[in-house]
Amino acid sequence: MGLTNQYVQEKLTEKFGDQVFGFEENYGMLSFEAPKEHNLKVLQFLYDEATLGFTFLTDLCAVNYPDDKGRELAVVYHLHNLHENVRIRFKVFTSVETPDVYTATKLFASANWMERETYDFFGVNFVGHPNLKRILNVDEMDYFPLRKEYPLEDQTRIDKDDEMFGR
Amino acid sequence: MMEQHITLPENSIERRTTTLNVGPTHPATHGVFQNIMELDGERVVSTEQTVGYIHRAFEKLAERRPLYQITPITDRLNYCSSPINNMGWHLTCEKLLGVETPKRVDYLRVIIMELARISDHLICNSIVGVDTGAYTGFLYVMQYRELIYEIYEEVCGSRLTTNIGRIGGFERNFTNTAFTKLEKFLKEYPKVLKEFENLFSRNRIFMERTIGGGAISAERALNYGFTGPNLRAAGVDYDVRVHSPYSSYEDFEFDIPVGKTGDNYDRFLVRNQEMWQSLRIIEQAYQKIQGFTGADAEVYHADVPEYYLPKKEDVYTKMEALIWHFKIVMGEVDMPKGEVYKSVEGGNGELGYYLISDGGRTPFRLHFRRPCFIYYQAYPELIKGGMLSDAIVTMSSLNLIAGELDA
Repeated sequence: MGLTNQYVQEKLTEKFGDQVFGFEENYGMLSFEAPKEHNLKVLQFLYDEATLGFTFLTDLCAVNYPDDKGRELAVVYHLHNLHENVRIRFKVFTSVETPDVYTATKLFASANWMERETYDFFGVNFVGHPNLKRILNVDEMDYFPLRKEYPLEDQTRIDKDDEMFGR
Repeated sequence: MMEQHITLPENSIERRTTTLNVGPTHPATHGVFQNIMELDGERVVSTEQTVGYIHRAFEKLAERRPLYQITPITDRLNYCSSPINNMGWHLTCEKLLGVETPKRVDYLRVIIMELARISDHLICNSIVGVDTGAYTGFLYVMQYRELIYEIYEEVCGSRLTTNIGRIGGFERNFTNTAFTKLEKFLKEYPKVLKEFENLFSRNRIFMERTIGGGAISAERALNYGFTGPNLRAAGVDYDVRVHSPYSSYEDFEFDIPVGKTGDNYDRFLVRNQEMWQSLRIIEQAYQKIQGFTGADAEVYHADVPEYYLPKKEDVYTKMEALIWHFKIVMGEVDMPKGEVYKSVEGGNGELGYYLISDGGRTPFRLHFRRPCFIYYQAYPELIKGGMLSDAIVTMSSLNLIAGELDA
């Protein structure tokens, strides 16, 4: 035991310099980001480096920040070192115009469907993914529903025929 | 193609593989799962899964709801053990809000969560029995799941989609009837579980059907993001209750059962053992609860006026309570800003909640880490080369719940 957030941060800074930044601790979990071109290098380093050993991908999802120009989409990886029981959160940001992020499927088999889900809802294009197609929504869908530009239906709208919609 | 002893002519039908659609509404799949399987005789050559038949866009819905309205959404994830989902969600909110719950609340929660785990494992294991041809066990244990559901009913009023508990604790204290029912369950259930085990664990037919089927190594399981009993059956002793204790799990004495081969039989055994451990935990928690005296024995929620609804009589007579009641019901309480990841050991793995708040009244983003969505990807690898009938058993022994898979 003894893997601390501070050690993880030092190791990352030592290896990547100012390519990893935005370190913060939210409720005890270390969170940081890197440019999207380096996401695989960072993940591989976290995986291979013996003293870090983040070999378990707990979760992969995206977040849409529509007001943050050029960084509208964030892909968030939650990684877990099961031996030391340390979790970290790693983010890469991408613009919504060119949402290309390298796939982590080579490293984690579990990333396959999670990336498909992320593509399905946010349109993040995972470069190199073996089977990047919609997973939960219908194939014919032509938008990415979890982006903030698609608001939920107005609960007070009255233009719908009550008889048809049962309200 | 398998090795043939007879030389078949070119283009004979035996030389070709068959495509078979299993699902989406097939009686053997216990839920809406579609698999397009390529079969060589009875052996599975490859399969492709289709998921999403009951996708309800929970993550989007959650973006317009105040925290307390998201609890019913979580019910519908793994509906075999909704209380665990509910508690996981409350714990996530409490982590974001910085709420400390009293010990008694923690223990009551532990009782409810472990009951839910038993009912979840009970369904899964008895369904494995059904798929191997033993219907008796399933029908028999339903009676005892009923006892668990009666306890839920006594505590929160509902049975399947429970919406149990609130941020900070429970909506009301456990009644004496609830404890009587719990005692009844604790008295009657061990005998039944023993009988259930006798029926299956060393049953020749059951063993032949399940040993070696759907096996996965620990490395592959970890790489595929397995968690819960499925990972433990492969020999990795990862359990969220022990690794990151929540709701005072650190106060309890229990073992983590692990398997070796990660096949259907080991998964079955691990689940059975976990039910015994859950019983141990419930007994300890009940004892601890009986140990509370005086005012402590009546505590069933923390003091969180911003999120915990005041008593109805106070709402009618006191100004402050009325204001809080209104603000809570209308969802007009601003959350603190922050990002939280909280996970609990669900019925089938690590159920995680990733909640981002931008300081508004509803989550900015909420993501559910649904364990069976993640490990269902491994299904083609698990069943490749096996018999179709084993593929069916593998599917049920993975404990796939369509509601959780599709969110």
